[in-house]
Amino acid sequence: MPAEIYLNVAVGGILTGLVYGLMALGLSVIFGVVRVVNFAHGEMMTIAMYLAILAFSALKLDPLVMMVPIAAVLFALGYAMQAALINPFINRPEHSQFILLVAVAIIMVNVLLIIFGPDARNVMTSYSFDSFQVGPLIVDATKVYAGAAAIAVAAVLFAFFRFTYVGQAIRACADNYTGALVVGLNVKQLYALTFGIGAACVGAAGAMIVLIVDVTPALGPAYTLLAFIIVITGGLGSMPGALLGGILIGLTEAMAGLLFSPSAKSMFAFGLLVIVLLFRPQGIMGKRVA
Amino acid sequence: MLSIKDIDVYYGDAQALDGVSLEVEEGAIVAIVGANGAGKTSLIRTIAGINKPARGEIVYRGNPIAGLPSYKVCNLGIGQVAEGRQVFPTLSVSENLDMGAMLPRARELRAKNRERVLALFPRLQERLTQAAGTLSGGEQQMLAIGRCLMGAPELVMFDEPSLGLAPSVVQSVLATIHELNREGLTCVLVEQNVAVSLKLASRAYVLENGSITLSGTGAELLADDRVRKAYLGM
Repeated sequence: MPAEIYLNVAVGGILTGLVYGLMALGLSVIFGVVRVVNFAHGEMMTIAMYLAILAFSALKLDPLVMMVPIAAVLFALGYAMQAALINPFINRPEHSQFILLVAVAIIMVNVLLIIFGPDARNVMTSYSFDSFQVGPLIVDATKVYAGAAAIAVAAVLFAFFRFTYVGQAIRACADNYTGALVVGLNVKQLYALTFGIGAACVGAAGAMIVLIVDVTPALGPAYTLLAFIIVITGGLGSMPGALLGGILIGLTEAMAGLLFSPSAKSMFAFGLLVIVLLFRPQGIMGKRVA
Repeated sequence: MLSIKDIDVYYGDAQALDGVSLEVEEGAIVAIVGANGAGKTSLIRTIAGINKPARGEIVYRGNPIAGLPSYKVCNLGIGQVAEGRQVFPTLSVSENLDMGAMLPRARELRAKNRERVLALFPRLQERLTQAAGTLSGGEQQMLAIGRCLMGAPELVMFDEPSLGLAPSVVQSVLATIHELNREGLTCVLVEQNVAVSLKLASRAYVLENGSITLSGTGAELLADDRVRKAYLGM
């Protein structure tokens, strides 16, 4: 094999990994603030993917254009889920929150199966077979667009948490729940907002990933698992960690597919997780818990 | 200004407050004295809307507030400096202060209140960009008080403001509370330092096992034999 091919596959893997990272960022934000593990995360990703496919097949709308409206729809879904379903469970034991979200996940998979059936679907854009060439490096245009969009969305999110009062208030809730109540923050509303923001990340990531991946309803649980691997590898609760974890997992999957076989992808992703857990249990960018 | 009538509070099956009634007049410092576990923090958390009373009334400026969520109670002008300070450790000092002004009643006053707080605690000015978790205990207490004042409160409940602080800092925290009161802030003071808090207080209540067992002016309670024996070690 020519040497360039390794580089090409590696760059493609990193770009796909950025989209994975954005998806995982949503999970990390939700867990970091609301302390609820969203077991329906991958299923929400597939909902976003189907929305992108519907918009494309019915109205010929490009998934990259649809990224913002789909993120908005998922924001509304996430906000409603937290406000109506999860807030009443917030003081209940963790296992009942877990079962609640697993139930939501299963319902989502089955509704998608009823509506769309089990067959794989994808989008064929005008640039689906385009590629960029820089010297010896050749990368799919779809991956470049998706990766760039993921970076843009993540940057907006970082700025939101850093520079807006509402973003600071969400960080305050994560920092000290009692403190948030004491100063009179509306914690339940901020939780719903946070869940909405996490879901919007998934929405944007889902709209981008249909450019790269075919969707079936069964993809949901696989993506939930993938988001967990990424977040735990990168460090639970760390936003840069989620992006970095996404890049590493994307890279690992791509190289495993090239060097061994595409079906060995998950094996190597989990292998990376095991190694990280062995040598750095808090994840690469996670804080050590005393 | 604040009137509490006969409230009961439970944590599950355990009763924390049993028929507690008290009055806070505008401009007063009201001290609540009692041993650990007597229910002082439960009382404050109930007024603040963090705990819900099973029975009884809480009336603030003529409006019933029992059962309102904490963010609505805060927005009526009832602030709290909580036990353990409860600052946001990874947020900067400046961001912590901003969080105090998230209440609708205080948003417009953010700049003005910030100036006032920084004039009151110049030490915070020096540390605006520092993470609150890296401050000393005394500085965190200043931040907790400053953050509360950012919400433009009319009544502030101080829960153990001197706990865990060096003696010299304790003096300055209590002096600050006295000063704020002279400027017109109504204060409820829960303080382990019983002698000092009774001296500051215009009215005081003794809370034992979830019930008020004694009340009077600060001076009356300071002279009371039971108080002297149980809380002042005399």
